[in-house]
Amino acid sequence: MFELAVLDSALRMATPLILTALGGLFSERSGVVNIALEGILLTGAFASIVATYYTGDPWAGAAAGVFAGMLVSLLHAVVSIVFRADQIVSGVAINLLAMGATQFLTWIIWGSSANSPPVAGMAHWALPESWGVLARVVNPVIGHYPPLVYVALGSVALAHVVLFRTPFGLRLRATGEHPEAVDTLGVSVHLMRFSGVLISGALAGLGGAFLALNTHQFVKNMSAGRGFIALAAMIFGKWNPVGALGACLLFGYAEAVQMSLQGRDVPTQFVQMIPYLLTMVALVGVIGRARPPASLGKPY
Amino acid sequence: MPETNAIEMRGITKRYPRVLANDRVDLDVREGEIHAIVGENGAGKSTLMKVLYGLVPPDAGEVRLEGKPLVRHRPADAIRAGVGMVHQHFMLVDTLTVAENVILGEEPTRGVVIDAAAARERVETLSGEYGFELDPDELIENLSVGLEQRVEIVKVLYRGARILILDEPTGVLTPQEVRELFGILRALRESGRTIVFITHKLDEVIELADRVTVMRDGRVTGIVDAAQTTKEELAKMMVGRYVLLRVTKEEGSPGDTVLSVSGLSAAGRKGTEVLRDVDIEIRSGEVLGVAGVQGNGQTELVEIITGLRRASSGRVTLNGADITNRSPRHIRDLGVAHIPEDRQARGLVLDFTIAENLVLGRQHREPFSRLGRLCLDEMNDHAARLIEEHDLRPADPATEAANLSGGNQQKLIVAREFDCEPALLVASQPTRGVDIGAVEFVHTSLLSMRDAGAAVLLVSAELSEIMTLSDRIAVMYRGAIVATFDGDAVGEEELGLHMTGAGAGRSESQAAPPRAAGAPQRGRAGS
Repeated sequence: MFELAVLDSALRMATPLILTALGGLFSERSGVVNIALEGILLTGAFASIVATYYTGDPWAGAAAGVFAGMLVSLLHAVVSIVFRADQIVSGVAINLLAMGATQFLTWIIWGSSANSPPVAGMAHWALPESWGVLARVVNPVIGHYPPLVYVALGSVALAHVVLFRTPFGLRLRATGEHPEAVDTLGVSVHLMRFSGVLISGALAGLGGAFLALNTHQFVKNMSAGRGFIALAAMIFGKWNPVGALGACLLFGYAEAVQMSLQGRDVPTQFVQMIPYLLTMVALVGVIGRARPPASLGKPY
Repeated sequence: MPETNAIEMRGITKRYPRVLANDRVDLDVREGEIHAIVGENGAGKSTLMKVLYGLVPPDAGEVRLEGKPLVRHRPADAIRAGVGMVHQHFMLVDTLTVAENVILGEEPTRGVVIDAAAARERVETLSGEYGFELDPDELIENLSVGLEQRVEIVKVLYRGARILILDEPTGVLTPQEVRELFGILRALRESGRTIVFITHKLDEVIELADRVTVMRDGRVTGIVDAAQTTKEELAKMMVGRYVLLRVTKEEGSPGDTVLSVSGLSAAGRKGTEVLRDVDIEIRSGEVLGVAGVQGNGQTELVEIITGLRRASSGRVTLNGADITNRSPRHIRDLGVAHIPEDRQARGLVLDFTIAENLVLGRQHREPFSRLGRLCLDEMNDHAARLIEEHDLRPADPATEAANLSGGNQQKLIVAREFDCEPALLVASQPTRGVDIGAVEFVHTSLLSMRDAGAAVLLVSAELSEIMTLSDRIAVMYRGAIVATFDGDAVGEEELGLHMTGAGAGRSESQAAPPRAAGAPQRGRAGS
């Protein structure tokens, strides 16, 4: 269970969760529940494969994933912020829409109801051979993972700084707690919430792009509940980037163990339950009661 | 120096779907004065201030600050023009620190990050200037209400406000805190700032203000010098008729014990004790007033007596019958009426009509229901009768409770609870946020209940209310009763001291009292 291969796959499994959980963090800290993350993840995955398929460049795919994620989250933002609709209902609708639309478009573009043809993945980062010894020492270490893994880890640190050290972060957190207070100080609540939701779309879209590019193709419903697990990880991590990272690594690890146990004596159905059981345990609040932003889910 | 006007508002009109909140209102506030705006709820005071601050756009009229016109302005413009507002419901983020709350929206930065050291220093300087003793790194949720108000004032000063607006600033403060606040406001006036404060407490107006603008039904009904007016005159301008400011009560004639509470304790959410060994007794024909700063166990006491919360030990009996931890319905059926402290959350179903609200608690019984079916005719007749008796407005049983003014919502609850002819009436903050006309009504009703032989438990944060109505007074502090008095044997000052645990050194004799009910609960708008 602790072989290098498992830990290695744990980090890969955790990467889309990390990006998506960070996204959820920005949305929820601004006061908007974003269960549309599941659909955004799926849309990001689809868009990244389409772009990579046509351009041959996985980085263009990643950009498309981000863009598509922001587009879908814009829909959620308009519906729930401008029109003050119920955020859960809007999220559910977007998830269903994403499921149907990606499957439909898969059929239109590739004539298959299940998956896309394979595309190129991202080349791993490596130092040029001319760096000699340094390249030979460093490359096996960093060259081991797709670049987006590092992007995800870097995003955690960046998110922490943005949330807790910048004026934007202070305003975002205040908006999620007490929007009236923010409004009376002359800061636009809508602007803060739109920012939060759009950032969540960008990050979850990138998470989807990683998911698909890591598999080298789009498969229908490939998000498979990861958006929800990321949300659970965010709660598990008490709406903190570093806490969310820890929770995502744990969930990623559970998923990796599950995969490595498949084909052994343990019934696979049981093993497949592990991440979800962990999610429920997390949601009941094992690690002390987590306190959500006070105005979460309330339109302003 | 010629007197200039810090604020000039001309012909402000604001219409909401059902009411004309401001009808051609003019307001002049001179530079460097303390100006009070008084009026009943719904008179349009808050709307006028929201227009001034840019939170609400007026339908007509103009606003000038220090001679400069403000057109279609937002709060950011008002702040830039030197206006600061301390809202009735504090606009503080509980989970952030004092310093973070102060700088929010106007953060000092070093590069792209917040300059935390500079923020801390500004807060310390500003709060030191007025002797506030605020710790910039303390979280808001750990502060008392009085300190929170100071954070709000520092927030406003940090933005360089020359004009301060305070909306009902004294509603949540103890008498001592009120005196300190008045000291602060006078100091601010000395430093050349202009202060507008909204209130409905006429004592405060006379004591603090230089000039007063009185509003009623969206209009200005008087502008007077505070030194040349009386409370009675102000009240008459506010209500439009002569008002009994202090109801007089006859000597009571208490009978047998109705409610008896002994050794009552209760655990709070975090396992701390929110009630500690409380004993009270109320006889029929007697009002027991419970005074105390909000959050010292009064809410819990009321909830246990009415069956809404479980006691961990102790006994509650009503006319000899044990009602400890029985269900609210059981307790109601034994003749306990309850005017809850939060009328919108617990006293009414806001989406229900007046007629429906008036039968709540009895809706399952004859004559309002037969064979599981509501009898709408009986409900309407019942509503028509109570509307008539209590002068509820609008006088239409089909009006939804949400569309009534605060005073009429309270009258609605009073009408329902009194109609059951209770043996015990539990009234929690019965006049919070209702106007003086309705206060008069509620007070007279409570006393007539008493004179009809009911036992009354009155919980209130308003000391004047407690002192006017009570035959006996108990003071609660950190979940325990720390002092009891006969109704007329104690002054406001002394009560105030006991409320903060400073009275007669009694709190010291109790071994290390646990923090009772956590931080005092605060009302929040909207939710």
